Amino acid sequence: MDTSAPLLDVSSVAKSFTMHLRGGLRLPVVANVAFTVHPGECVVLGGPSGVGKSSILRMVYGNYAVDAGQILVRDQTTQEMADLATGDPRLVLDLRQNSIGYVSQFLRAVPRVSALDVVAEPLVTRGVERNVATSRAGEMLERLNLPSALFTLPPATFSGGEKQRVNIARGFITDHPILLLDEPTASLDAANRDVVVAMIKEKLGVGTAILGIFHDIPVREAVATRIIDVSAFSAREAA
Amino acid sequence: MSTQPILSIRDLARRYGAFVACANISFDVWPGEVVAIVGESGSGKTTLLNCISGRMERSSGEVRYRMRDGRFPDLQDLSEAERRFLARTDWGFVHQNPADGLRMRVSAGANVGERLMAIGDRHYGNIRQTAADWLERVEIAAMRIDDKPVSFSGGMRQRLQIARNLVTHPRLIFMDEPTGGLDVSVQARVLDLLRMLVADLGLSVVIVTHDLAVARLLSQRMIVMKSGHVVEQGLTDRVLDDPRHPYTQLLVASIPEN
Repeated sequence: MDTSAPLLDVSSVAKSFTMHLRGGLRLPVVANVAFTVHPGECVVLGGPSGVGKSSILRMVYGNYAVDAGQILVRDQTTQEMADLATGDPRLVLDLRQNSIGYVSQFLRAVPRVSALDVVAEPLVTRGVERNVATSRAGEMLERLNLPSALFTLPPATFSGGEKQRVNIARGFITDHPILLLDEPTASLDAANRDVVVAMIKEKLGVGTAILGIFHDIPVREAVATRIIDVSAFSAREAA
Repeated sequence: MSTQPILSIRDLARRYGAFVACANISFDVWPGEVVAIVGESGSGKTTLLNCISGRMERSSGEVRYRMRDGRFPDLQDLSEAERRFLARTDWGFVHQNPADGLRMRVSAGANVGERLMAIGDRHYGNIRQTAADWLERVEIAAMRIDDKPVSFSGGMRQRLQIARNLVTHPRLIFMDEPTGGLDVSVQARVLDLLRMLVADLGLSVVIVTHDLAVARLLSQRMIVMKSGHVVEQGLTDRVLDDPRHPYTQLLVASIPEN
């Protein structure tokens, strides 16, 4: 593979919300969003709150629909660029399985499922044997200093920082070539923040393309290879 | 990605005289995929499920199913015997009320074993052992194997119904509000079981629910129905997090915390 070729190529993307419960009020978010992310790059989406950073991340993961534009993702299986913006649900699911990972800001805890199983699940669904996946999950959680007494408990009752570490472990356990990070260090103490920074650098070292939002300035300075000011894409003024 | 759907619905409609219960319904279900049909009471979702699963006659449209031998016939073109064989072996149907899917006056073990006998299993010891294994998988103590479901709690009955459906290793399961009549704590257990079993067995599922949290937990794809029509469909998390249709926005806005 040509290592200079982008893994993610976003062009002319626009997004607005139409609030039908508010009389069809249309809220433009972003327009003409365009950027690329190459292997080993950590591109940080910058700009003030509400400018559309999370919306861009969610569109790139297929969680938000786009009004216009292309989101080309290099398919890990075929090495072709696939358009996630216009792709059907099966294409999006397939890209999520093999090509593009996402660490959300908050863990969506499933009742009764232990922290260990939450973390191991992405490996299990990719065909890794459950005991292998579970032991990898344990290593990840240990590295993130989660008390081992919590491993077998469902994260629903964990603190914000503990949940976030479970979420990070789950997002980092796979080797997706593209990783989307939405404020992964927001509720972490300094020691754990440093662990996450080290984990991000390891990912970059093996050529993972990272697109992220980091409000935490020391973290951003430690990991960013490039910062994109999302204000440039803001469509709010046009409303 | 699997390249062929296991179930394909085209332009399905069910009318009662001038009343349209559902119409213009088209979607595919792929192997290993869970599709949720959501909508409020009266939106036509249960009628749709019954028409797809052959429990109710459709007025028009196609329902094709991928047989184990690769054929893809319309279910209407199968003989009654073939249809019954499918329903007993390849398919499962989990009802909201377990009493509709269980035989309440025969033992738990017999409820599970009966489906095995229907596919030709005759060895009593094997049937009983398989039934015991399945009771354990759905977290019912093996010592309850000779008890009748009338003596079970609602949650246990629902878990028994699930075991009865899965024992023949079906490929496609229909579910009609499987957690609908259960207390929240019991619901979580049944949901968790369904989630694990569906993933472990690679089942295809069509599930009808009015509960968006259930749809989010179990399904990859979601179909939103209103007044008998599909108003929105797509990836489950996309439909729930970025609903486009006014009715979907209303549904999503109506739940306290999603």
